[in-house]
Amino acid sequence: MSKIYDLIVVGAGPAGLSAALYAGRSKLSTLVLEKSKTGGQIVITHEVANYPGSVREATGPSLIARMVEQVTEFGAEIKADDVIDVDFSGDIKIVKGEKEEYKAKSVIIATGATPRKMGCPGEAELTGKGVSYCATCDADFFEDFEVFVIGGGDTAVEEAMYLTKFARKVTIVHRRDELRAAKSIQEKAFKNEKLAFMWDSTVEELKGDGILETAVFRNLKTGELTEHHADEEDGTFGLFAFVGYIPHSDTFKGHVEMDDWGYIKTDDEMRTNIEGVFAAGDIRPKALRQVVTATADGAIAATLAEKYMEEKF
Amino acid sequence: MLIVDKGTFEEEVLNAEGYVLVDYYSDGCVPCQALLPELEVIAEKNADKAKFVKLNTSKARRMAIKQKVLGLPTITLYKNGAKVAELTKDDATAKNIETMLAENIK
Repeated sequence: MSKIYDLIVVGAGPAGLSAALYAGRSKLSTLVLEKSKTGGQIVITHEVANYPGSVREATGPSLIARMVEQVTEFGAEIKADDVIDVDFSGDIKIVKGEKEEYKAKSVIIATGATPRKMGCPGEAELTGKGVSYCATCDADFFEDFEVFVIGGGDTAVEEAMYLTKFARKVTIVHRRDELRAAKSIQEKAFKNEKLAFMWDSTVEELKGDGILETAVFRNLKTGELTEHHADEEDGTFGLFAFVGYIPHSDTFKGHVEMDDWGYIKTDDEMRTNIEGVFAAGDIRPKALRQVVTATADGAIAATLAEKYMEEKF
Repeated sequence: MLIVDKGTFEEEVLNAEGYVLVDYYSDGCVPCQALLPELEVIAEKNADKAKFVKLNTSKARRMAIKQKVLGLPTITLYKNGAKVAELTKDDATAKNIETMLAENIK
């Protein structure tokens, strides 16, 4: 019979790692399962300036590396496995990974969210061919090229500014006539000479023969379509989309209660509708999706999981 | 895995006979770093089937773009110097790479 952990945390982003850290400190036997890369979305972020105490120039990867160190120091185990199914019906929860099956008295779901696709024709075919969702991965391909950034939130504007370090010109394409990003970020953006703005616009279609060559934009107010063609010498240009997120909750459908968008519902103390199952971080419906709220969720979930186990077992 | 650069890419990949798998990566690409250990295991297992090489695109940008690679990670399989299959971004997983090798190298 396989080992029964006190706690299994699914997902090793800031929420999951924070939960594991708290659980480890409380001497709970804790297993963290991560399907691909430790750190979640924050590791593709070049700068984390708004996490209290994170020093100037702190990067996503450096912050995560320190969290992982802390987690392992406190005794939690981190394993690479992709969770494909769960059984939450009994007191002992079963988590089925691709490699192994795991058992625990409590589970924290911290699987996070992934960038939303734009949903226009040509997007899928041209991903990695000019279309990107990861500035730190792909920015340097576009050195001295033109780049478009789709979106108007914090991430879009911050990543657009990062891209101006590489591209000769970056145009932010936003569906409204003003940005949604924090005022301090906007101020910096409006001062950046390499940044241009295309308001009230969305991407209608992307075209190209194996590489992004043409983008068609629609002005939502006038309905007018404009085409942008790659500079002849460059042969291509970049288009980075930061248009929100979709929750990573498919595996848990039918096992815990979710809202209409697939976010896992919890109370203020991160409890789902299933006893002993908690959710933390971007997987929950929330107003602010940042490292600081994710780590807070993780801490609360782990503390409440411990309390639950004390009463139950 | 053999490291290639813009000086050796042509010889080791485009002019090479048989199958060559190229790992396009860069220093700043975290998903690439996460994939590498798994890819190295695959490379060892399949050493008799294909040559496994990696190219740091930060130092060979134009060469990568010429190969129509503008996103990382990208894993491309070449046969006698011609592309036969490619996996990029979310699709570039260990499982998909193994499937790609199995489907293309009989």
